Amino acid sequence: MGEKAQEQVQKGNFFKPIAAWFGNYPIALAVIGLSIIMSIMSSSFLSFNNIMNVLRQISMIAILAAGQFLVMVAGGIDISLGAVVGITGIVFSMGMVNLGMPPIVAGILAILVGAICGLFNGVQDAFLGIPPMIATLGTQSVARGLTYVLTNAYPISGLPESISFLGRGYLFSIPWPVLIMVVIFLIVGFVSQKTKFGRFVYASGGNSEAAYLSGIKVKKIKVLTYVIAGLLASLSSIILVSRLASGQPNAGLGWEFEAVTAVVIGGVSLAGGKGKIFGVLMGAILVGLLTNGMTLLNVNSYYQQMVKGLVLVFAVGLDVYQTRKRNKA
Amino acid sequence: MSEQILLELKGISKSFPGVRALDDISFQIKKGHIHALVGENGAGKSTLIKILDGIYRPDAGAMVYMGRQLSPRSPLDAQKQGISVVHQEIKLVDTLSVAENIFLGRPKTKHYLIDWRSIYKDAQDLLNSLDANLSAYAIVKELSIAQKQIVEICKAMSFNLELLIMDEPSATLTTKEQEVLFRTMRTLKAKGVTIIYISHRLEEIFNLADEVTVLRDGRLVGTSDVKNINRKQLISMMVGRDLENEYPKEKVEIGETLLEVKNLCRGRMVKNISFQLHSGEILGVAGLVGSGRTETARAIFGADKREKGSVIINGKELKGQSVAESIKNKIALVPEDRRRQGLILNMSVKENISLVGIDLVIKSKKINKALEKKMAHGFISKLRIQTPDEEREVKNLSGGNQQKVVLSKWLAVDSDVVIFDEPTRGIDVGAKAEIYRLLCSLAKEGKGIIMISSELPELLGMADRIIVMHDGKISGEVSGKDATQESILELAISR
Repeated sequence: MGEKAQEQVQKGNFFKPIAAWFGNYPIALAVIGLSIIMSIMSSSFLSFNNIMNVLRQISMIAILAAGQFLVMVAGGIDISLGAVVGITGIVFSMGMVNLGMPPIVAGILAILVGAICGLFNGVQDAFLGIPPMIATLGTQSVARGLTYVLTNAYPISGLPESISFLGRGYLFSIPWPVLIMVVIFLIVGFVSQKTKFGRFVYASGGNSEAAYLSGIKVKKIKVLTYVIAGLLASLSSIILVSRLASGQPNAGLGWEFEAVTAVVIGGVSLAGGKGKIFGVLMGAILVGLLTNGMTLLNVNSYYQQMVKGLVLVFAVGLDVYQTRKRNKA
Repeated sequence: MSEQILLELKGISKSFPGVRALDDISFQIKKGHIHALVGENGAGKSTLIKILDGIYRPDAGAMVYMGRQLSPRSPLDAQKQGISVVHQEIKLVDTLSVAENIFLGRPKTKHYLIDWRSIYKDAQDLLNSLDANLSAYAIVKELSIAQKQIVEICKAMSFNLELLIMDEPSATLTTKEQEVLFRTMRTLKAKGVTIIYISHRLEEIFNLADEVTVLRDGRLVGTSDVKNINRKQLISMMVGRDLENEYPKEKVEIGETLLEVKNLCRGRMVKNISFQLHSGEILGVAGLVGSGRTETARAIFGADKREKGSVIINGKELKGQSVAESIKNKIALVPEDRRRQGLILNMSVKENISLVGIDLVIKSKKINKALEKKMAHGFISKLRIQTPDEEREVKNLSGGNQQKVVLSKWLAVDSDVVIFDEPTRGIDVGAKAEIYRLLCSLAKEGKGIIMISSELPELLGMADRIIVMHDGKISGEVSGKDATQESILELAISR
């Protein structure tokens, strides 16, 4: 009897941290569950190549989501990111094709344009007090419109072969986009958890008034998160252009939606101040797996869009419900 | 003399996971009386109200109300039985009129259309019956807090009000507004309405209530006639021990000038403010709510731009007009609304404490976990912050402990001048005394303290000098020793 009780205690001690970990990241359970289902459906799912394939597919959305993560933790939201992918991709490709810039210069120019888009968003939100949903909706329209103006809605082709490795190449049999994604997530993880800037991002989103009265330059912090998000969107765009070997005016259409979905199901609160980058990575993987799985099952892509919409609403609903429950207790 | 019992609680108990919120509570409430319910935060008052209001159901026990069993299923159900609660936070629709709010959700109809005329007439009748000088057509947004409370009371009266429960209604009222509220309560009492009244302010209880029931840690300490008890006895019932001295003021040598404010102006609320603060001094700032006290504090602190005038600390004039500059020059502001302005509720105790002094725990560009933890531990033990550990989110702490976290954040950067805006608002008696002791020990260390407060006894008990504000200006100054509540009020109210 006594032994049994002791055994239970030990067992409890063993499972408790694991259970607690999954309690923090319920999304990880969903990823594991979905992976099991996929591996039953398709025997090749768990192969190294396929896993890399899936990760490569999600990498661009995930990089976008990493920026969105910072913006949302600081209490904002950026729905212009898809359009920023569009405009920066065109700047990148036209820079090389029409202006004859070397790829590195065109890349820097594209990143600059992304940062400017972010600055524009940030100033609207933090300094002018325009609700971020509307501010970035405006930016979205401006950026996408500009993309069409510059291209007449025709793709830009004839890009130099030298950039293709970014989208299609491998390093030690790991695709470049996956490597870049991992590095970005490590950096954002470090910045958000270990640095003063990261702490201030959480504080600004958690309670901007209290943060301000603690000497934090809340407006500056918020603008910076938008700038970083714009910057990462252009990076994501450069990978996309390299992968498609052309600049598509429609590139990134609707990506902001997938990025927001990844961030929210990754456990970042819409109210700001909460969430971890690891959850966002899991969120991006879950969205990727869902797309992948539905494609494997031959689900029509229009239906796929509906399913993703439902997933977002469900995730936000869960967030709202949990917040309410916590406030009650 | 047999007095009628309106409500009798018999052995009410209620538990939540990990807490026994109410344990075997039994007492009686007499019809037509004002019955005060007191106790420190966490004593179980809120839980008891929520049971009467039909939000919670008791685990055990029974309630007998007007001779029958009472078990309300929802606030609406309770209202239908004549029990209404006026909460501390007012629950009215700001953009609608007084009458629309009173009959919100229950429109009177005539021929399937809303009968506005009778709604406004009935609402006006209710307002008049309370002698409230208020129009049913007024938009709620434009009312004072006390007037809004009267609207809530009218709403309660529009059901057949028998028992009105008021949860700390006076906490955020100005003195003048309090008088309006108290008059209304007496009118209600004269109409035979029974009132359960919750307050942290003991003077009010002695002025208003007939009986007082004290709860502590979820248990009933006792019920007494207000006539048969004095202030000291009541406090010791609440705290469970004798509080030697409510205001542990210590004699401190007053040193040289730390802070000098000269002709400070900002908008309508800060007009030509000048004063000096010395080391070791506790300077009280009195005045009605809206007299510009908070605005002055924010302007000194650099949270709002100064339009004119100067702030000189340790002989150096602040020119930058920013919070960061004030912090660098060792000025701190402990704001009036802890939850909204003082704390990042989602963050841990540790992260809140290190927020201002984050540079002190940074080592090679990185937040050093060990240093941060050490800083938090230091203040948790120095200020006796009651928390299971430094990782606990501050929102789970009690008001007094939250206040100590806010204070720790400023002590971490060794501030010389600390401005406290309503340092003890919503804090229970025991925690108040601790905050007072902290103020004293800061003064002893040679810091300068500015203490803004609406509670005159606390200013009189703690401050060396009190400046009184009225309409954005300093209307007078009194020394802490000679001042009386009357002399301060005289200066605070317009003449």
